[in-house]
Amino acid sequence: METKSDLSLIEPTLSTYRDQKGSLIAILQSAQDIYGYLPMDVMEHISREAQVPISTIIGVATFYTQFRLQPVGKHLIMLCDGTACHVNSSELISAAITDELGIRDGETTEDGLFTLKHVACLGCCSLSPVMMISGQTYGALTPDKTRQILRKLAEKGGETK
Amino acid sequence: MRVIVGKGSCGIAAGANDVYDRLQALSEETPCPGTELGITGCIGMCFLEPIVDIYPNPREEDCLRLVHVQESDAEAIWHAICEDDLGSLDHLKIKQEDEEFLNQQTRIALRNCGVIDPEKLEDYTARGGYRSLWRILKKNITPEEVIHEIDVAGLRGRGGAGFSTAFKWQAARNAPGEEKYLICNADEGDPGAFMDRAVIEGDPHSLLEGMLIGAYAIGAKEGIVYVRAEYPLAIVRLKKAIEDATAAGYLGDNIMGSDFSCRIRIKAGAGAFVCGEETALIESLEGKRGMPRLKPPFPAQEGYWHKPSNINNVETFANVAWIMKNGGEAFAAMGTKNSKGTKVFALTGKIKRGGLVEIPMGRTLRDVIFGIGGGIRGGAAFKAVQLGGPSGGCVPAARLDTQIDYNELVITGAIMGSGGMVVMDESTCMVNMARFFLDFTTKESCGKCIHCRLGTKRMKEILDRIVEGKGEEGDLEKLEELCNAVKDGALCGLGNTAPNPVLTTLRYFRREFEAHIREHRCPAGECRALISYSIDPDKCIGCTACARQCPVSAIRGEVKKIHEIDPELCIKCGNCKTACRFDAVKVR
Repeated sequence: METKSDLSLIEPTLSTYRDQKGSLIAILQSAQDIYGYLPMDVMEHISREAQVPISTIIGVATFYTQFRLQPVGKHLIMLCDGTACHVNSSELISAAITDELGIRDGETTEDGLFTLKHVACLGCCSLSPVMMISGQTYGALTPDKTRQILRKLAEKGGETK
Repeated sequence: MRVIVGKGSCGIAAGANDVYDRLQALSEETPCPGTELGITGCIGMCFLEPIVDIYPNPREEDCLRLVHVQESDAEAIWHAICEDDLGSLDHLKIKQEDEEFLNQQTRIALRNCGVIDPEKLEDYTARGGYRSLWRILKKNITPEEVIHEIDVAGLRGRGGAGFSTAFKWQAARNAPGEEKYLICNADEGDPGAFMDRAVIEGDPHSLLEGMLIGAYAIGAKEGIVYVRAEYPLAIVRLKKAIEDATAAGYLGDNIMGSDFSCRIRIKAGAGAFVCGEETALIESLEGKRGMPRLKPPFPAQEGYWHKPSNINNVETFANVAWIMKNGGEAFAAMGTKNSKGTKVFALTGKIKRGGLVEIPMGRTLRDVIFGIGGGIRGGAAFKAVQLGGPSGGCVPAARLDTQIDYNELVITGAIMGSGGMVVMDESTCMVNMARFFLDFTTKESCGKCIHCRLGTKRMKEILDRIVEGKGEEGDLEKLEELCNAVKDGALCGLGNTAPNPVLTTLRYFRREFEAHIREHRCPAGECRALISYSIDPDKCIGCTACARQCPVSAIRGEVKKIHEIDPELCIKCGNCKTACRFDAVKVR
């Protein structure tokens, strides 16, 4: 069910880019920063304000992997699926996360704490296998180490809620 | 004394921020006059991160390099500095053999990486930064003369295709029109490649200076850097570099009092591998889906907003100021007939010493992997090296003496590519490797051309079947047919080169494919459907470590008695193998 988003939050972005052609991606990036994902009503609002057909906006939003059309958990786990990580058994890390949290690529835990996303190379190949959670990179992972990191975050997450 | 902490992405991931913060706190608690704490970008020795360099004399290059530094070491380090007793840090000092990693390199594009503070403009200018631009503008060196120098250098595009930079600049210069754009492709998408990230994080001004010289040469007043969204630190440092350079008059209107004006801005990509293709990148810059355009017209004629545009990658630009300072001939003196200068590689995978390697062209793959990289980590045998990411190929041991040269590498079936070099040992299954890359290109295909969109999908379906043990006779022939069709039928480089990982593995490792299909066996012991785990009774001591790690309770056995794996229950997760300290878990 779609909830209503606070459209006033995106206004500064829209006025910044009002006269700059070709800024759709930048506007959507800013919108995602604000709302955590791209809610439908926000995209419709951008469409009206920036005078870009909604079909074009959806086309761009679905083309790039950065954009999300669904809300994500508090912690977004970006598990690197690059070549070096693959060679260094990132598959075992993926299995450990799935086993620990019960979510697969693209899914969010029921408590809304974690979302798992497989991503292309994070560029920290010499520390592979690698994952990034909320901007922090964790390298040289083993299944055990991964579980411990997740448990620690879950404990912290519980306190703030 | 100067104390420098390596704060590139890799260093930070390894804990450099904690080390730095602790050192800073100590420096406030116990000030040590005459000692300065600073940061630098990627030193390139990623396998030793976090790294702290101590320069007893800030004006000299000699430093004490401390490696694998942890937060808990900070106190001892600060104490040693304050007491002028660096000898007490010997336990953290880099090993002589590891120093070989840097000693065997020739650094041009990376000349300042790991040396200067990337966030300080004065560090860059102190090492001769912006001097090349100054000389061009003050000595009235014409754009034609600049292009000629780059031509003499024989600089070819470092992003992968290896096209002549001087030729592209000349074409953009010749194109009619007042409004022209210079674009830097920093959408480093090849998995296993991080050279461009390291340059931007470690030496952003060298990119800006290279771009300014390029803009001057083609006659552009605006430059754009298209950076991958996955590189937040690079964006932060580049932004600061642009602000600082603008404030100092190296960027903006009437640069250094000349008639030349140029602005540079950053555009953050949104995650699409195909945007590394120049026309797709332009579409993305215009805010659209990144789908390649038909060529011709080439970007030099009709690029960004249909104006003449020139696109080079980060490493290419990072060489430009050096060439203008030292002359094209000095650059061309290094390398081979077809490939001049140096090339940066990101050496990763099952390698002992992984990191950034810059060497003159013409050295062999063996030099890099065994000489600089120290060979395979863990003592297994070398199997193959993957060059050029999803567009490249796997080169086997028999071809290790191939020279690093655009043309020589193409003969192996691989390509120079942007510089990813992923080393694999016996435990990597080449069929699964081919499938891995196909999985990548299938997801990243923009969907414009049917050969690429569906051809890669059909190829991946065949490879999926083979790794699951359901391969059939004739599959390999079908794969080859599809490879050729996709190669010929796709519009852009992504599709044209997508079959390369499959073709090279088929060429050098066909027997491994056949073992999967005919014998239902994965010789590397990687493909889950084709392997089984068992415990070697001669090695098992009954410590129960494996049984405790098994998520499905498939391992039976009492304490101090030999354990057994029930193949019916085993899900082949590999936990037991990781847990066993006695090498008793066998994979077949």
